[in-house]
Amino acid sequence: MYTCLQQYWWFIISLLGGILVFLLFVQGGNSLLFCIGKTETERRMMVNSTGRKWEFTFTTLVTFGGAFFASFPLFYSTSFGGAYWLWMLILLTFVLQAVSYEFQSRAGNLLGRTAYRGFLVLNGVAGPILLGVAVAMFFTGAEFRVDKANMADMSMPVISQWTNGWHGLEALAVWKNVLLGLAVFFLARVNGALYFINNIDNTALAVRCRRALWANAAIFLLLFAGWMIALLLSDGYAIVPSAGTILQQPYKYATNLQEMPWIAALILTGALAILTGILRTLLRPSYEHGIWWTGTGTVTAVTGLLLVAGYNNTAYYPSVYDCQNSLTLANSCSSLFTLRVMTYVSLLIPFVLAYIAYAWHSIDRKKINDEEMKEGGEHY
Amino acid sequence: MNTLTDISLIDWSRAQFALTAIYHWIFVPLTLGLALIIALMETIYYRTGREEWKKTTRFWMKLFGINFAIGVATGLILEFEFGTNWSNYSWFVGDIFGAPLAIEGIVAFFMESTFIAVMFFGWEKVSKRFHLASTWLTGIGATLSAWWILVANAWMQNPVGMVFNPDTARNEMADFLAVATSPMAVNKFFHSVMSGWVLGALFVTGVSCWFLWRRQDKAFALSSIRVAGWTGLVASVLVAWTGDGSGYQVAQKQPMKLAAMEALYDGTDQAGLVAFGILNPKKKQADDGVNPFLFRMEIPDMLSLLAERRIPAFVPGINDLLQGGYALKDGTRALSAEEKIERGRKAIAAFADYRKASTERNEADMKNARKVLQENMPYFGYGYIKNAEELVPNVPLTFYMFRVMVMLGGYFILFFSTLLFLSHKRDLTRMRWIQMVAMLSVPLGYLAGQAGWVVAECGRQPWSIQDMLPTGVAVSRLDAGSVQTTFFIFLLLFSVMLTAEVRIMLKAIKEGPEK
Repeated sequence: MYTCLQQYWWFIISLLGGILVFLLFVQGGNSLLFCIGKTETERRMMVNSTGRKWEFTFTTLVTFGGAFFASFPLFYSTSFGGAYWLWMLILLTFVLQAVSYEFQSRAGNLLGRTAYRGFLVLNGVAGPILLGVAVAMFFTGAEFRVDKANMADMSMPVISQWTNGWHGLEALAVWKNVLLGLAVFFLARVNGALYFINNIDNTALAVRCRRALWANAAIFLLLFAGWMIALLLSDGYAIVPSAGTILQQPYKYATNLQEMPWIAALILTGALAILTGILRTLLRPSYEHGIWWTGTGTVTAVTGLLLVAGYNNTAYYPSVYDCQNSLTLANSCSSLFTLRVMTYVSLLIPFVLAYIAYAWHSIDRKKINDEEMKEGGEHY
Repeated sequence: MNTLTDISLIDWSRAQFALTAIYHWIFVPLTLGLALIIALMETIYYRTGREEWKKTTRFWMKLFGINFAIGVATGLILEFEFGTNWSNYSWFVGDIFGAPLAIEGIVAFFMESTFIAVMFFGWEKVSKRFHLASTWLTGIGATLSAWWILVANAWMQNPVGMVFNPDTARNEMADFLAVATSPMAVNKFFHSVMSGWVLGALFVTGVSCWFLWRRQDKAFALSSIRVAGWTGLVASVLVAWTGDGSGYQVAQKQPMKLAAMEALYDGTDQAGLVAFGILNPKKKQADDGVNPFLFRMEIPDMLSLLAERRIPAFVPGINDLLQGGYALKDGTRALSAEEKIERGRKAIAAFADYRKASTERNEADMKNARKVLQENMPYFGYGYIKNAEELVPNVPLTFYMFRVMVMLGGYFILFFSTLLFLSHKRDLTRMRWIQMVAMLSVPLGYLAGQAGWVVAECGRQPWSIQDMLPTGVAVSRLDAGSVQTTFFIFLLLFSVMLTAEVRIMLKAIKEGPEK
């Protein structure tokens, strides 16, 4: 039962991670603001288009954090308290974004419109890259130690501690992390461009989105393929269930995919869906629904990737300092009682998704166009 | 523990958290208050179909939107700071504390962020009824999120519904309902949310009076004053009532905080409430014999009555709490601080013994250690306390802030009753003085809310979780320089954001409602 709930919650976390990466289309779209938007009206439409969705990305980020805290609190205390600077940079870029929508077109906004749009671009570029780097650490590991018995050490009662002084910045120097960070960034741009095509009714903008799609999709596919190859060749940390110890195991992630073919299928299906969305959009100039394909594909593939990190007796947050200190689903999760309570709460998620879909549908029934931007109604 | 760098790490971590919380509480109460007021206004529009109510609703909604984003942004930081700056805390009580935060996200934030989009962009796109529902749901979402975060906060003040598990070295939840509906949480929720309603009402009446002062948009201003005035009056009376409930909870669960709020050093059976007092700055230590007051005017017996609901009733002072020996309500004798520290050390030592026996798989030793641990667990946190004086919070700060909060609370009731009386019986548009009073009262609403949180959070020091985990042990092991740097980054960022917001707000107010 306990193991089941741990697996269930790792699935929820992975799913939230997948949804979060999909919703980074807001960031990806913003990173294209000055590349694609040539006139003020065009930029305004783009900002308003992502501006009606940014709250969801933000809320998913918060919920991802909250759900991680509730289900695997040791990760929360180890990673956030340890990789301090990495997480702080992520938070800073998201905070800048949160105010930029509302403030940019308002009179008296102190810094001027360009500065706030600059913040949107900054968040659009740095947000996905840094989040990608943080997620890559699930596979590449980090330098930390954990000893729960330290609570009794009166001179220094510290459970989790980072063992280097860089506090997360060192992750930016690991090429595999950067590879995934960039892959997430270009995927967000692909999704952003496809979202604009679907959400904004403007021919000139759509043509430029399609043009941008070529390069961004090509770069994304290369980076993603590179990351997958690197992952398949990587060692991982395996849990020996009988002894409760953790061992370094060559090709651990490749083995995981082999032993859990349904996850391999999930990742493959996701990747194919992304590819379909890109190709259909590029090949048929009138096709506007690419985002549905790539969006679904992103959620599926990322969920699958995160599952590989934690399932099949794998340490999902490896400690390179001492592999015995690595975080596993079992040693970092909440108590059986809490996981059970949270499981009841998670039954609300379909209901939440349903009303989001309904509300979303009722606002998006009509595409954004330049007429609307000129009208007196509410917009940024 | 007590090396110099560590103390500065703890101080900077506290400073950063306090900074974020203070900024967060500038924006959140206005969100809570305006959400209710615009929902009421839109309901009137829905019922009457009168176009001017739609314009009124939309005007206040615009100000709501300007304010909203920063509340969200500072809230994100606050949530993640539990992990980044209070790493030990996150593990030691994460099993209980994480759940409300996750529920807040799943249940409340999504509701808020979904329907706020409909509320702002849906005027021409969805039906009147769906729009009204969205406005209410945005407010309900915001209020629900307040519920869960205040459940989490109340749990830190009065930990219930958990057991300590030495195998995992943390507290684990045993009773979800006890956590989610503890009296401390219920009181805190109503008290905090309704103080937000008061602030929203002060804001709306203050801004409306500015229009009257400028002799423009009079009809709009007067109808806004009616809605906000009633909201404010009802809310400020309820705030007083829940404040009394909160005070009672503090007396029961955090007697040291109560003693600090009243600067009560030596308890009595007929304790009076200090109506007005000036503290003696020469008072340095609880037992130094210096009179704590330079001037003191009290309401006789009132503190006993508020704290215990009867007279006479013993209310312990700071010295009683440190020295123990007085009779508790269950008939036992109160332990002294030294005895509690002793028992806390026993608990921690038993925990260490248990871990050692557990690695050696020595069942008998494990059982013994577990027994000692259980007996002394209620005092676990005291084991980390070096010196009994650490158990006394900052008395002057708590004392004065409590008075600021209570006096302003009383003033708000008076203000709203006067304003409503005048608005129904006289012509407000010609009464310059009340217009000025209303405008000047807006900042007082902010002051009262901040003062209340200072009492709640500084008054419970040294505890991050009452009796269980001192703030100093909760902290993440970082170098103080890093935390100092992020502190100043946040200070700059939040201040720029606040300045921009105030300027935008003023411009938007100047524009006035749609013509």
